[in-house]
Amino acid sequence: MEQFLQQLINGLAVGGIYALIALGYTMVYGVLKLINFAHGDLFTYGGYLGLTLLTSFALQGHLGTFGAIAILTAMVMGLVGIMGVVLERAAYRPLRESPRLSAVVSALGASIFLQNTLMLIYGARFQVYPEGLLPQVAVSLFGLQVPLIRILVVLASVVMMTALYLFVQKTKVGTAVRAAAIDQGAARLMGIDVNKVVSLVFLIGPALGGAAGLLVGLYYGQVNFTMGWIYGMKAFTAAILGGIGNIPGAMVGGLLLGVIEALGAAYISIAWKDAIAFCVLILILIVRPTGLLGERVAEKV
Amino acid sequence: MNGRLVVAILAAVALLAAAPFALDAYWLDVLNSVGLYALLALSLNVILGDAGLFNMGQAAFYAVGAYTTAILSTQLHLPVLWTMPLAGLAAALFAAVVARPVIHLRGDYLLIVTIGMGEIVRIALVNDVFGLTGGANGIFGIPRPVVFGYKIRKPAEFFYLIWAFVLLTVFLFDRLEQSRFGRALTYLREDPVAAEGSGINTVRYKLAAFVLGAAWAGMTGTLYAAKMTIISPESFSFWESVVLFLIVILGGAGSIPGVILGAVLVVALPEAFRGFATARMAVFGLVMMVMMIFRTQGLLPLRRPRFRERDLARAEVTRAEVPRAEAAK
Repeated sequence: MEQFLQQLINGLAVGGIYALIALGYTMVYGVLKLINFAHGDLFTYGGYLGLTLLTSFALQGHLGTFGAIAILTAMVMGLVGIMGVVLERAAYRPLRESPRLSAVVSALGASIFLQNTLMLIYGARFQVYPEGLLPQVAVSLFGLQVPLIRILVVLASVVMMTALYLFVQKTKVGTAVRAAAIDQGAARLMGIDVNKVVSLVFLIGPALGGAAGLLVGLYYGQVNFTMGWIYGMKAFTAAILGGIGNIPGAMVGGLLLGVIEALGAAYISIAWKDAIAFCVLILILIVRPTGLLGERVAEKV
Repeated sequence: MNGRLVVAILAAVALLAAAPFALDAYWLDVLNSVGLYALLALSLNVILGDAGLFNMGQAAFYAVGAYTTAILSTQLHLPVLWTMPLAGLAAALFAAVVARPVIHLRGDYLLIVTIGMGEIVRIALVNDVFGLTGGANGIFGIPRPVVFGYKIRKPAEFFYLIWAFVLLTVFLFDRLEQSRFGRALTYLREDPVAAEGSGINTVRYKLAAFVLGAAWAGMTGTLYAAKMTIISPESFSFWESVVLFLIVILGGAGSIPGVILGAVLVVALPEAFRGFATARMAVFGLVMMVMMIFRTQGLLPLRRPRFRERDLARAEVTRAEVPRAEAAK
């Protein structure tokens, strides 16, 4: 039972990271019907930028641990968000009216380009986050010893997801995003600048992805230039699982996938951990392509 | 077939036949790689170019073929080239089983599913599934192929073996494109609804294209296993599938000369510029983005028969001449 609960919390922490990345996929898909393959790599940039900013400004010395992490998160989110906007301008906007394959290939190219430029800048080896950044303490929770960082990761992802949900549901700009997702033409007739909405989506999605990259760096203590691919695939699986285009779906899907994976690794086999996620992906696409919460009807043609 | 094309083909064959005398072992080896990638890309071209199905798991079929050969030739001691049809068959069966439930998925979803499928295959190989694949180390000691009692060993000998198979493949796939089957694939790629409406069983044709492409990749796997004598899961990673996808898109989806040009550019060019090797993938990524914006159809796109006023005029002349000729009889 204790192992089960430990794995459950572990799964929720990883799942929170998946969910944060999945939000970027699902928002872009909702508005543009495009799978942004480069999203996973923007996430990796978050992890690397976080490391660079942390070590080059010696933030911790000036602001203390939590102040440093707050400032760091804001900086990483801003920078990766800007990268997302630039990416959309350069690689996707010229292809808005082209056939689908073109945009997909362009997205793949962007992914390969971003990943390999990162390798050229930082080198192919793992980059290690400085040790002792966060106090290595365990918190007692329902009689379980849970590392503090694990709880912080869960909390951070839940806070960001809630903020996004409220933004999209309750504000005027959020309403514009939802309108553009449902019908771009009609949204334009209602006076919504769809291009601005798309830019905004490419600002928010990658910003959350970048924050997830930073969380991964803090959680595991290291980042690798290829990690965006596997995290990206898992997060995409999460988005599909919850129903792509659906924001609460991405959150539920991410947490669920994290838990499935953690339990699968614990009770089936750790060597097959990645295969479990891909099996979930294939099964959900065969059995219920709309996802768990998706009311959006999958286009057949 | 017009005269100029025949001359071009003969010249290409003559150049290929002469290549081992002009090049050293290193460049022959590069050309062998080009040949293998050309074969794989041609097999992917049937799926991606002709049928328009986004398959990014071609490396999985390649792996199934290569491992079939490796297992049969090391465990049962079958001659390597005899395992080639079996490797093709194994890959085809595998493709039929995995593609059947997902073949109806729309473009980008199919892409994601095939990526997942390819990764599952790689993970299964690493985890030594059925105790046959040798885990992360792979299988070694695959015997050399024997053709008519002659053992193939040197790069120059492999060169002839590989490029003979390339030429055969080009010939067969060209005939395939001109056939009823090829035209049906073109139709369902361009307009699936209209194709279905004209009585083309789209699911069956898509599946047939998938199975055929997989079978060819499987047979190429045999050649690869025979050439390397050692195979491991790392040779069949996701990046192999990406490179194959890139070759087809860069050269021109659906166009056989385009695909071969793509294989030459993607495989041989990084060898020519050594400093370029580390930045290779970054440049490829950039090329993919730029190509999609400025030249979507690829470098050597498929030339489609096009209606011209001249053809109409010629048809009218013939129609006018036929009764006259009959009257003269």
